[in-house]
Amino acid sequence: MFRLNLFLLLIVVFCALAVVTSQHRGRKLFQALEAEQEKVRQLDIEFGQLQIEMSTWATHPRVEKIARERLRMVVPPLQQVSRPVPVGEVR
Amino acid sequence: MVVRRRPQRGHRYTESPILELALQGWRSRMVGLLLMAAFLVLLMRAFYLQVINNDFLQEKGDSRYLRDIEISASRGKVTDRNGDMLAVSTPMRSIWAIPSDARTMSGEQKRQLAELVELKPRELDARLASEKNFVFVKRQVPPQVAEQIAALKLPGIHQEKEYRRFYPAGEMTAHLVGFTGVDDKGLEGVELAFQQALLGRAGARTVIRDRRGNIIEDVGATRPPRDGSDVVLAIDSKIQYLAYSHLKATVTESKAKGGGVVVLDTRTGEILALVNWPTYNPNNRARLSGEQLRNRAVTDTFEPGSTLKPFTVALGLEKGKYRYDTVVDVSPGRINIGRAVISDVHPHKELTVAQIVQKSSNVGTTKMALSMPPEAMWEMFDNLGFGKSPQLGFPGEVGGRLRAWKNWRPIEQATMSYGHGISMSLIQLARAYTVFARDGDIVPASLLRVDAPAVRGQPVFSAQTARELRAMLELVVMPGGTALKAAVPGYRVGGKTGTAHKLEGGVYANKYIASFVGIAPISNPRLVVAVMIDEPSAGQYYGGQIAGPVFSGVMGGALRTLGVPPDAPVQVAALNEDKGRM
Repeated sequence: MFRLNLFLLLIVVFCALAVVTSQHRGRKLFQALEAEQEKVRQLDIEFGQLQIEMSTWATHPRVEKIARERLRMVVPPLQQVSRPVPVGEVR
Repeated sequence: MVVRRRPQRGHRYTESPILELALQGWRSRMVGLLLMAAFLVLLMRAFYLQVINNDFLQEKGDSRYLRDIEISASRGKVTDRNGDMLAVSTPMRSIWAIPSDARTMSGEQKRQLAELVELKPRELDARLASEKNFVFVKRQVPPQVAEQIAALKLPGIHQEKEYRRFYPAGEMTAHLVGFTGVDDKGLEGVELAFQQALLGRAGARTVIRDRRGNIIEDVGATRPPRDGSDVVLAIDSKIQYLAYSHLKATVTESKAKGGGVVVLDTRTGEILALVNWPTYNPNNRARLSGEQLRNRAVTDTFEPGSTLKPFTVALGLEKGKYRYDTVVDVSPGRINIGRAVISDVHPHKELTVAQIVQKSSNVGTTKMALSMPPEAMWEMFDNLGFGKSPQLGFPGEVGGRLRAWKNWRPIEQATMSYGHGISMSLIQLARAYTVFARDGDIVPASLLRVDAPAVRGQPVFSAQTARELRAMLELVVMPGGTALKAAVPGYRVGGKTGTAHKLEGGVYANKYIASFVGIAPISNPRLVVAVMIDEPSAGQYYGGQIAGPVFSGVMGGALRTLGVPPDAPVQVAALNEDKGRM
């Protein structure tokens, strides 16, 4: 009887320790998950900011200015525009 | 229990008879019983605290490690039809202080803080001098700066997350998109109209935190945050920019008070561009005036003048009273109605119906209008949506004025035929022109992108009438018409000029509204462009001269942007000598 009790006690102690370690491990993993999720949020924020930055650089007035002044682009005069005539269309 | 196992009572402690006490058995039993009773009381108390009345203690315990955390949700984006950002939120921090704690900062700490939040040390001191428990030091601080402030670990200085709205397209789309207040509440434009859809709902979760503030465990159910949904407008930001830059140039050059341009897709009724002048920068709203805030194209009405003539003419054709080439006697360029006189700017003798539109004859239109019953005219105007709110869902949109036909006097019917005594917003006028661009039916204008290829409309005129009107409108931009400057090289376009006196306090003043509304390409119309310039005062004021070139620029650019193939024969269009095709 006493031996059985001692044996069961040992098992109980062992289980208790196992619970403690798995709880600890669970928390560690949970923290890692939290950290990753925080990273996701940060990247999301950064993405938003980069989108704003991109649309600021790509505003139409700026694009037009660069196209006209730096790249010296022009709208082609009509005489230089030719339209491909689809097969079968009669002009 | 120990007591039970003893074989004899009172005799076990010693063998010495001297020490043998003659205790009665009940005394020890009594002590045992009392002790048991005390234990029972303790047990009951424990039971009471643990099971029956455990709320209080549970709460006390929870408050030591449980935390409710709000998961913030962001406001939805506003984008144009191609996904270009028009309004977008990004997280910021607000820095706030408990003044009584914050005053314990050292001089050096204060200097650092003032520098980071870009305040003068004196201003910072003034804020911290407050007797309140809570003052904002600075709102909408960029996250990087907020991190630096947090790293200083200043006493009494705290932070809170908030959002800031950015408008990358700035003043170009200001009237349309509107703006939000500091607490994410839409105040103007689309931001106000679609507040419910744009608004996000914050989520919440309950967590256990450890001593260092790390989250260890989720407890109970978490409520996930719901981000606001994005709003996709019908606007094409390239066309919007075209319209904006042309309008801006013209208003500045003609020293006008203001103006507006509306571009509609004829197939779906989508608003591809809507600009107003003057405008403002929604990213920096200091010193705003009501003038700048007004979205004229939607919230202001004006008397459109001659741009309304094609509708009267169309009604004449529709009722079978006139034909395309019916000759109308308009000599001597004047007509008396009661005591009033209606006259033409350039008197003519005889004009065909097509020429009445081309040369914008008031007398001709009046004669046509008076040959028709007022009821028919009213019904047409009503079908075109005049006098009724366009129901875009835009804040402050107006329907203009269209009086009931029963009270019309002949002079009123006459003036209405050429666009006086009736008022509307620019968007209503542009929408009405879709009947000529389509085959006589009208579609509702839409602020949001329509994902159907084409929308079915409400018929107003027959397809035949619409076709004939298109031919007449094309004559307007040809030699002999009133708006040669509205021609677009490479494309067949048509439209109508308007030069209306402004009403000021019920009297027509010597101030004008120049307008032009047109459609293109005539062979298969894709776009309606409506231009309105308010009080041009640099000499010229005719619709053809002021609004025509804006139309030409916007229409040409927009057609090219949309990849609409040119429909005018190249050599003829290039020389702009396309004479009288019809």
